[in-house]
Amino acid sequence: MGIVTVRRVSQVFFFAWFLWFCLVSSLGEHYWQLRGWPVNWFLQLDPLAALGSLLASGSLYAGMAWALLTIALTAVLGRFFCSWVCPFGAMHHFLGWLAGWRLGARQRVERNRPHAAQAIKYYLLLGLLAAAGGQVLHHLAKLPLGLGSVSGWLLLLAILAACAALGVRRLWPQPRQALLAGLGLLALMVGLSLWASPGEIIGATLQTGLLDPIPLAQRSINLLLLPALDAASGQLWVAARHYQGAWLIALVFMAALLLNFIVPRFYCRFICPLGALMGLLGHWALWRVGRREAKCRGCQLCEVSCEGACEPFHHLRASECVLCMNCLDTCRDSQMTYATRRSAAGEQPLPDLSRRGVVLSLVSGVAAVPALRLGGVLGPNWSPALVRPPGALAEAQFVERCLKCGQCMRVCPTNVLQPAGLELGLEALWTPTLNMRIGTSGCQLNCVACGQICPTAAIRPITLDEKRGLGAFAKAGPLRLGTAFVDRGRCLPWAMDRPCIVCQENCPVSPKAIITREVYGVLARARVKAQEGQTVRLTGADLPPGRLGTGDYFLQAAGGGPTNRQRISGNGADHVKLPPGEGWQPSPGQEVELVVRLQQPQVDASRCIGCGVCEHECPVSGLRAIRITAENESRSAKRSLLL
Amino acid sequence: MDRRDFLRRALGAGLTVAAAGALGLTLYDPKGPSAAGPALPPVKLPDFSLKAQAGRMAVVRGHERVAALQAGFKALGGLETFIHKGDQVLIKVNAGFATPPSLGATTNPELLHELIRQCLAVGAQRIVVTDNPINDPQSCFSLSGIGQAVQSAGGALALPLERYFRPTTVEGARLIRDWPVLHGPFEGVTKVIGLCPVKDHHRSGASMAMKNWYGLLGGRRNIFHQDIHTIIAELAMLMRPTLVILDGVVSMISNGPTGGSPDDLKATGTLIISTDQVAADALGATLLDKTPADLPFIGQAAALGLGRADWRSLKAAEVSL
Repeated sequence: MGIVTVRRVSQVFFFAWFLWFCLVSSLGEHYWQLRGWPVNWFLQLDPLAALGSLLASGSLYAGMAWALLTIALTAVLGRFFCSWVCPFGAMHHFLGWLAGWRLGARQRVERNRPHAAQAIKYYLLLGLLAAAGGQVLHHLAKLPLGLGSVSGWLLLLAILAACAALGVRRLWPQPRQALLAGLGLLALMVGLSLWASPGEIIGATLQTGLLDPIPLAQRSINLLLLPALDAASGQLWVAARHYQGAWLIALVFMAALLLNFIVPRFYCRFICPLGALMGLLGHWALWRVGRREAKCRGCQLCEVSCEGACEPFHHLRASECVLCMNCLDTCRDSQMTYATRRSAAGEQPLPDLSRRGVVLSLVSGVAAVPALRLGGVLGPNWSPALVRPPGALAEAQFVERCLKCGQCMRVCPTNVLQPAGLELGLEALWTPTLNMRIGTSGCQLNCVACGQICPTAAIRPITLDEKRGLGAFAKAGPLRLGTAFVDRGRCLPWAMDRPCIVCQENCPVSPKAIITREVYGVLARARVKAQEGQTVRLTGADLPPGRLGTGDYFLQAAGGGPTNRQRISGNGADHVKLPPGEGWQPSPGQEVELVVRLQQPQVDASRCIGCGVCEHECPVSGLRAIRITAENESRSAKRSLLL
Repeated sequence: MDRRDFLRRALGAGLTVAAAGALGLTLYDPKGPSAAGPALPPVKLPDFSLKAQAGRMAVVRGHERVAALQAGFKALGGLETFIHKGDQVLIKVNAGFATPPSLGATTNPELLHELIRQCLAVGAQRIVVTDNPINDPQSCFSLSGIGQAVQSAGGALALPLERYFRPTTVEGARLIRDWPVLHGPFEGVTKVIGLCPVKDHHRSGASMAMKNWYGLLGGRRNIFHQDIHTIIAELAMLMRPTLVILDGVVSMISNGPTGGSPDDLKATGTLIISTDQVAADALGATLLDKTPADLPFIGQAAALGLGRADWRSLKAAEVSL
């Protein structure tokens, strides 16, 4: 079996696992549902997700340590992940092959020429990491202020020493410039520390998930392919799944796939920041693809199906080689090897990256954070529509960890968890938010699935006790996602004198967070003409025949009151029937009122957990008459509502 | 342009004009669409009641559900009076909420298990258990313990799939007209049993045997809460069951119908088995310290001839455990 066949088997194998993990992320008891399958495994193997969340949050959460394995293997072997494991890479590989299968060898070699644009992915990587590294920068900037302590001095000296060591080769011959550079650096740091307010401006945002192929593929399959396929088959879910703004996810996914018809592995070569990271990680790889001898027959067959556009025939772009091993297979003279020796035709470790480009992307990344936040999205202008799932970290910490992978939205049994659209801010794009109108029932009281699946603990893995405020959490009380607000201009009992209180009925909290106040709404006034047995004849009233005996309508003496009111048991256009028995009876000539008994809902914010079942069930089907917004959510003390 | 070329082009152009014209004229619509979509033929749920067993009722006082069910059927002459060999039985449970059985918001799984076991024991060919719950269906059946009980007792669970609903009109009804009703699970079914707990309900006063059929409605059924008593009475018109079993061994006396705390429950020690759902509800009301007169839907259903509000007139078999 040739090496290429082994590679294909590996690609199919990992691709199938990836699809399987997407498929089985449903709650349930079947083997094809969540039965301890390691559904986050590919996300955890992803070094970019690990490095990004580590830079931004300062820690490597649980399963993300799997990335160390990928890093170790990449450091030794090169970008094996791209052609052997990456499920998104497998899709590009297949489509690129499909796009070129009728082309001649010459045209295919042409498609696989290295292109200057292959440097773009490194710039993207640096920009994304710089945006995630704001926290690190922030600590560095604060350093001169902390110089009162010995450790502060030591750290500063260590940094200056490191800078000196790095710059010494270049600057040693010009000591004056070296001194100026050192002083300049010191001045910059002091300036930054004095100017930079902590947190809001210099901060970290994890946006790698926008382009990182593993979260991208996971999100696209979870939120596009599975719901679309299941809409036809109906095997995975009882009701069709919906994901708001799926068109934008589809646009990115389809564009990435279809670009293979212009250049094979377009995404991998030009865009993929994970590929760029692996190219850097494999800088010192022990084994590399390369030519055995400096002279060969020069047929260039090695480049006919070169996946990485790394030019093994000329001098190899080591960081671009995705180890597809096609060149080993196509070379008729066994000139191409994967070995520890350097390529006889020469090597180039990286594509041509300009220093300006590098600096620019780093600066852009750092500057992106204040640019995204000066609108106040983490401050006074936070969006109340962004209702986060139970256990979600405070917003600043949340955006340091969320990969936008869509796992929480996939596993959510009710479909209430939705990818946030652009209207909630670029930083929040595709992060989880609740849309109560979608799905089967708001956030279910006895469910903590999203926090259990979240690969980076952007949603903490809370227990049911913590969510509901039971046991050890009784003192803290239940987690609140927000608060329900009754829109009295739309609510049937408030605005239209119609009985309803579906919201109160469905409130899952005990005692209920929706209370009702009883009101008798006057529909008509009339005068009693005569009373014959149970029938009261009225003048001045035109009643809908047969519609008032439903149990909700009453006849009362003008002015009303509990002691002079009777439930109507039936009616005609000019008369009503009252039940036999004791109680108030109208007398001829008396002024009476026809009233409807209303229970008007009112939210007790001290008990409301913001689960949204009320909003989901509200019969005002468009803009609901009771709606959840994020005020009073547990994760932010600044947004509390009550004294 | 030579002659051959001219003929080819003329033929092509002619065919294009002919095809466009033919298609346009075939599909030509001078009026435009009407406001309403095409009316589907209304479907009806069959009457599952046994005429010979009308007005039968057993009231068992005790605190053991399984024993109470056994005693109740015994008092009525055995379950075989109602379920015959080869019957296909649908049990409509209340699986409304994704809450554990201990909170009493849903049909008790032990009681359901025993009912399925007994039906199979008297020769029922197939047992289907269904509901269209309020919370997420899969979560409801799994958290309430109902799914597990059905599986272990040998029944089949029918989830409320979208394709199971068909527009239904109840004759003489004002509200259930051309409304989606859960039909799929009734395929081939010959007997229907309603099995549900007695619960407090702020809007209607109580949620019992008649209200249990709310779970057969689809669509945005919540709009019916504007006229709750009428819809409950119409539900009793929609479904004429073989039997209803009203579980008041423990009743939810407050914060209904969701409950949420054991404090909302009270041991009321009564299991009601009846072929008359109105009478079952009339007696059930007393467990919540209410009278049938407090619940207008009981009077409305009785006036429609669907059962008796005066449950005492049925001369129920009363058993104490």
